[in-house]
Amino acid sequence: MIRVFIPTQLQSYCGGASRVEAAGATIDLVLRDLDRRYPGIRFRIVDEQDRIRRHMRIFVGREPASEVAVTLAGDEELLIFGALSGG
Amino acid sequence: MAAGATQLLIGTRKGAWIYRSDAERRSWAVEGPMHLGQIVNHFVIDPRDGQTMLIAAKTGHLGPTILRSTDGGVTWLEAKRPPAFDKAGEGEAARAVDHTFWLEPGHASEPDVWWAGASPPGLFMSEDGGVTWDGVAGFNDHPMYPRWVPAGAGTPDGPLLNQIAIDPRDAAHMYIATSTGGVFESRDRAASWAPLNKNVEANFLPDPYPEFGQDAHFIAVHPADPDRIYQQNHCGIYRLDRPGETWERIGKAMPAEIGDIGFTIVPHHADPDTAWVFPMDGTDVWPRTSPGGKPAVYRTRDAGASWERQDAGFPPEQGWFTVKRQAFCADRATPLGLYLGTTGGEVWMSGDEGGTWRAIGSHLPEIYSVVAAPAP
Repeated sequence: MIRVFIPTQLQSYCGGASRVEAAGATIDLVLRDLDRRYPGIRFRIVDEQDRIRRHMRIFVGREPASEVAVTLAGDEELLIFGALSGG
Repeated sequence: MAAGATQLLIGTRKGAWIYRSDAERRSWAVEGPMHLGQIVNHFVIDPRDGQTMLIAAKTGHLGPTILRSTDGGVTWLEAKRPPAFDKAGEGEAARAVDHTFWLEPGHASEPDVWWAGASPPGLFMSEDGGVTWDGVAGFNDHPMYPRWVPAGAGTPDGPLLNQIAIDPRDAAHMYIATSTGGVFESRDRAASWAPLNKNVEANFLPDPYPEFGQDAHFIAVHPADPDRIYQQNHCGIYRLDRPGETWERIGKAMPAEIGDIGFTIVPHHADPDTAWVFPMDGTDVWPRTSPGGKPAVYRTRDAGASWERQDAGFPPEQGWFTVKRQAFCADRATPLGLYLGTTGGEVWMSGDEGGTWRAIGSHLPEIYSVVAAPAP
């Protein structure tokens, strides 16, 4: 299982949890697994063309991911952040 | 009908509020914030049941969604499938909805139907009360779409399909307004569309009177005479009487020092000759604030042949209001009430058809939309 860090902006989807677990061999599959349990969460991170949204950041461990096709070995931590400054 | 208790659904850049009045529309109670921090472009109530509310929301970080309440705003659920374009095929433009801008309840004969307009321009429909949404190929995949929505065109918030209007006599007869192509008409329930912009100026294009390319800020299909359409365009105020197809620039009758630039036009629900505009400064670098810092609405009672200034109660000077296109509306009471929200977070009302104005709210975030409806 992949450990997933959920940012404050999305914790309402997960009953307030900041850390959950999900299964999948790619970021895309992990997000789809998350969406099955927390409906609607994926579309707020990824658009309809499967692109990570402009002000969302995804890291696999400490490595930034620019697309959801990135493969996962199975024991990493996936970190999702909202990254936007300004008012 | 008498004034009656009224509710104002207020969408802002930082969440939603509901103002509810007493039966005389004198005192107002404030409920909210709801969805604090969400960018609420439109917050509407379904006139067919007086109960269902939809919000078009996103945040700075998160993608766009639709929030639904079926109990008058007490509890909310998210749409299961918000408006989204189809996945792009090989070689096709990969469009993604940035935000839903306009929500339109369907025709009275279609109680579960809703329509939505988005940025970038896209038309979407729900047939289950807003739970799931699908793209409308008749517009989104129209062969002319790349020319109706040219790359680089749009507003500071992105190009918009900013409005949807339905003929109350015919669910298949629809109009849409866009910031990139002007007004379009469909007579087959959105299966096909044609431009409807004759004689409407686009002074930012080489051909100032093109077939399409105009920036239609707001259209009002008159509820008492659906053959009459008012338009506040980027380039002036217009009226079209169907079956005619040539718009008349009724803003030419506005005082020259005020001009006829603004974001919206509000018709009187019972009198097809009466409408209000909120003029803004469209000179020089387009400040889009009340001309001279003196807020006023202007009313026509002769379908645009003449206009009268209504400013009693507004600041007489140093009032630099901006009122966006969804933030000026009327109720259906007698006398009619008018309501507007400013980008400075103030809510103003007139209970006497524009004769006098008073502030009923302040210190809200930037107001994007105001919708008036009978209170429950």
